[in-house]
Amino acid sequence: MDRREDDRQRLLNRRTMLLGGLQAGAFGLLAGRMYWLQVVQSEQYATLAEDNRINLRLLSPPRGRVLDRFGVELAGNRQNYRVLVVPEQTRNLGATLDRLAQIIAIDDGTRARIRRDVERQRRFLPVLVAENLTWDEFAAVNLQSPDLPGIQLDVGEIRDYPFGDMFAHVVGYVGAVSEKDLTGDPMLALPGFRVGRNGVERIHDLALRGKAGSSQVEINAFGRIVRELNRKEGQPGADVVLTIDAALQKYATERVGTESASVVVMDVHSGDVLSLVSGPGFDPNVFNVGITPSHWRRLNNDKHKPLINKPVSGTYPPGSTFKMIVAMAGIEAGVVTPDFHVYCPGHMQFGNNTFHCWKKGGHGGMNCLSALEQSCDVFFYEVSRRIGIDRIADMSHRFGLGKPTGIDLPNEKAGIVPSRAWKKAARGEPWYDGETLSVGIGQGYVNATPLQLAVMTARMANGGYAVVPRVVRPNGETDSGGDLRTAAQRGFASIGVSAKALAQAVEGMRLVTSGGRGTARAVQIKEPGWQIAGKTGTSQVRRITKQERLTGLRKEEDIPWEHRDHALFVCFAPVEKPRYACCVVVEHGGGGSKVAAPIASDVLRECQRLDPAGRPGRDQVVDRRPGGA
Amino acid sequence: MLRVALGSRVDLSFIRKLGEMNFGLLLLLCMIAGIGCAVLYSAAGGSFDPWADRHALRFLVGLGLATAVAMIDLRTWLRWAYPIYALGFALLVLVPILGVVGMGARRWIDLGPITIQPSEIMKIGLILALARFFHGRALDEIWKIRWLMIPIAMIVLPVGLVMKQPDLGTAMLLMAGGGIVFLLSGVKLWKFAVAIVGAAAVVPVAWGLMHDYQRQRVLTFLDPDADPLGAGYHILQSKIALGSGGILGKGFLQGTQSHLNFLPEKQTDFAFTSWAEETGLLGALVLLGLFLLLFAYGHAISLRSRSQFGRILAGGINGLIFLYVFINTAMVTGLVPVVGVPMPLISYGGTAMLTLMFGIGLMMSVWIHRDVTIPRHAGGLGG
Repeated sequence: MDRREDDRQRLLNRRTMLLGGLQAGAFGLLAGRMYWLQVVQSEQYATLAEDNRINLRLLSPPRGRVLDRFGVELAGNRQNYRVLVVPEQTRNLGATLDRLAQIIAIDDGTRARIRRDVERQRRFLPVLVAENLTWDEFAAVNLQSPDLPGIQLDVGEIRDYPFGDMFAHVVGYVGAVSEKDLTGDPMLALPGFRVGRNGVERIHDLALRGKAGSSQVEINAFGRIVRELNRKEGQPGADVVLTIDAALQKYATERVGTESASVVVMDVHSGDVLSLVSGPGFDPNVFNVGITPSHWRRLNNDKHKPLINKPVSGTYPPGSTFKMIVAMAGIEAGVVTPDFHVYCPGHMQFGNNTFHCWKKGGHGGMNCLSALEQSCDVFFYEVSRRIGIDRIADMSHRFGLGKPTGIDLPNEKAGIVPSRAWKKAARGEPWYDGETLSVGIGQGYVNATPLQLAVMTARMANGGYAVVPRVVRPNGETDSGGDLRTAAQRGFASIGVSAKALAQAVEGMRLVTSGGRGTARAVQIKEPGWQIAGKTGTSQVRRITKQERLTGLRKEEDIPWEHRDHALFVCFAPVEKPRYACCVVVEHGGGGSKVAAPIASDVLRECQRLDPAGRPGRDQVVDRRPGGA
Repeated sequence: MLRVALGSRVDLSFIRKLGEMNFGLLLLLCMIAGIGCAVLYSAAGGSFDPWADRHALRFLVGLGLATAVAMIDLRTWLRWAYPIYALGFALLVLVPILGVVGMGARRWIDLGPITIQPSEIMKIGLILALARFFHGRALDEIWKIRWLMIPIAMIVLPVGLVMKQPDLGTAMLLMAGGGIVFLLSGVKLWKFAVAIVGAAAVVPVAWGLMHDYQRQRVLTFLDPDADPLGAGYHILQSKIALGSGGILGKGFLQGTQSHLNFLPEKQTDFAFTSWAEETGLLGALVLLGLFLLLFAYGHAISLRSRSQFGRILAGGINGLIFLYVFINTAMVTGLVPVVGVPMPLISYGGTAMLTLMFGIGLMMSVWIHRDVTIPRHAGGLGG
């Protein structure tokens, strides 16, 4: 072995030692790292490992139902057949969807959404393809599922309104949870969770939701459940029982037809709203399924405003239905006495203005009762001129006008009861006496919701007690028998109006439907004991021009719908022993006696036939609308 | 006497060669492969199917291969060193043309009944070729940069091809393996320092040439917690599994992270994690200790060999196995980026097993032919 070979080998020996040293050092590093992870930080990683392994899943509680006063289901839950796709289980998403599209409809928009969802989340999480399938579609997909890799079938729950548009405004609807609904309650983050968006669904949302249960599950890294460790059942949402009678609501809705109208029927003693119709309606089912933008635009832009709950959110000048208030204010003020007469020549001069009566030739000599019966404007101009605006305002407030009634429905409007103080605050201007005359016939600044007018009528009919309307029965139980206690027995406070004044107002209303010259004598109910007393109202939407007044050319049919007068009618029945009050407002319907009164009369007739307040429990089976079930 | 004794081991009969095989080394291998089978048995949820049984079978086949390789005379391996390298290189060149794409990279060539991975052949081929090259160089030649150009080209060319596949892990292994051979052969240490500084300077250029997923891996390594559900998932889950194992582990078959699939690639790259989760720090150190013994054995073989070729070859193979173990362990403990280097004899995978056992066979050949002396110019030109 030569010397150079020797050197080379000795160097290699040294280098092997060096390499060995480096390797030992490297292994020391690894051992140190293992020590750091498995000893020093072990506890922290052990916690993370538990988190990895155990997943707390919330169990969505079934939403409470909404029932009518006799237990008819107005909002419930039905099974929602859904198709989901798990991206990681499908070889080719496009091909799978193509094959699926041969069974159920999948449009391009849906495809784009699926693709978006797939990209947004981890590949083992299912993405919704279609929901609300019919049983036939669902079965067909199920049959084909061996050829549809990654497709999962699922049965969830979805809100169902079997009556469609009939209760849309009272019951409301539910919708998907939006960003601003998030309160930190993890239940809201459950896929497919719905919250109340309007009506009772919104006001009583928390009670209807119930409490989420939870399930502790051991999962693997794909999120698949290996086994359940612990389960805590949630609490189903509570049922909400309405004061509404579904049978009456159905009748009233059909009676209103396609009009833009409000119908409110309430029990004058309990405040129970027995029917609350806002026409036209809309199908609340489209909201929980997911309304299309075009459908939403159509509903929003409709001049008949189907989405507005007109009985509580619509405000209208009360017109002549306001005259009882003025009359009672006059009686309380001592101005209107049994001897008080006003001569009506068809108009009245005040300052530089002429105030016209609706009857061109005038009514002649009028007292309080005949003025109500024939709805003479000049009589009430004179009374209001004498008593002033603040007395009228005070009386209005006592009957519930000018502030929300406190009904348990969202978006209730307060209406306006003008007074000197109100005008100073709202407009910053002093009150002009001429304005009092307009208010005297329910025009000018004054306006009210149909619900407020119904409450006003109820308070007249029940002897002057401050009933408050409600749509939800307070004890949460269905009505099992007629609770016929009076408003006073139920503890409602008196509104402090004299019996004399109330009697005059009620008698005036009786004459409207029963007197020889009553403006609504044509609509009186024939059945003995069911007679109604009421008051017509026609409120101007647009000023009558001088030209029109001179030529007399102002036929309702000749002017555009939006400019026609609102037709109003308030009434109660039976006259002798009042139980039900009703208010009907038909937007741009024309005259109150011609359009609103017949509806109100028919509704109260049906109401007395059904007699929801006196009826002992549920004896009426309500047909569901075709297609609604 | 000594000469006779030495001479007696130069040309041995087949039976004598079998008797000369290093049974201590084989016992070590069997112990490590046994741990491998246990890990795979556990990873399958307490079942030999689908990994543990095949792993054992492959190990037995590998033992046969190693024996066959060990029987072949070291001088024959010297003669075949360059042809094997050339074959590996040629196949690497063919990969882009004939290759099959698998797991997002083109690494395989399909030869009908078998598919081969040329980069695996190159791992052995490169060590063989470098060993032969340095065997033929005198020290003063090795110390000259001029002479180093050839072995540097021998490393860089295949590394470039492997990088293009792309296979960052194998490229790193080839480079580091070559570096170890350089170190053993006596290349001046300052040159390594220069090379490391140079490599650092090349980083920006390499960054530009990297594929997105490779960059992502590097970025993920630098901050794995930033995106725990994305690319950092593997490292984080591995650390959770290791850490939650503690000192004594969760017990055999009780590893929650691997059994519930939180641990990715639990049967391949992350098999060590699975073992360390179930047997804790103790088990991990036992396994690493067995590997350390294996390397000590390798160094002993290297130092005992009388031929420079044998010494460099044994040292190079030893270094290559060390790199596998070190990179894999460092990777699963979050010390280096996830590059896809399996744990020898533990991770499930046929190709890596055969490559490793081939290398073991070469080491044993060096041992069996430890007294064979080979003249510096035995291989002829350039040899």
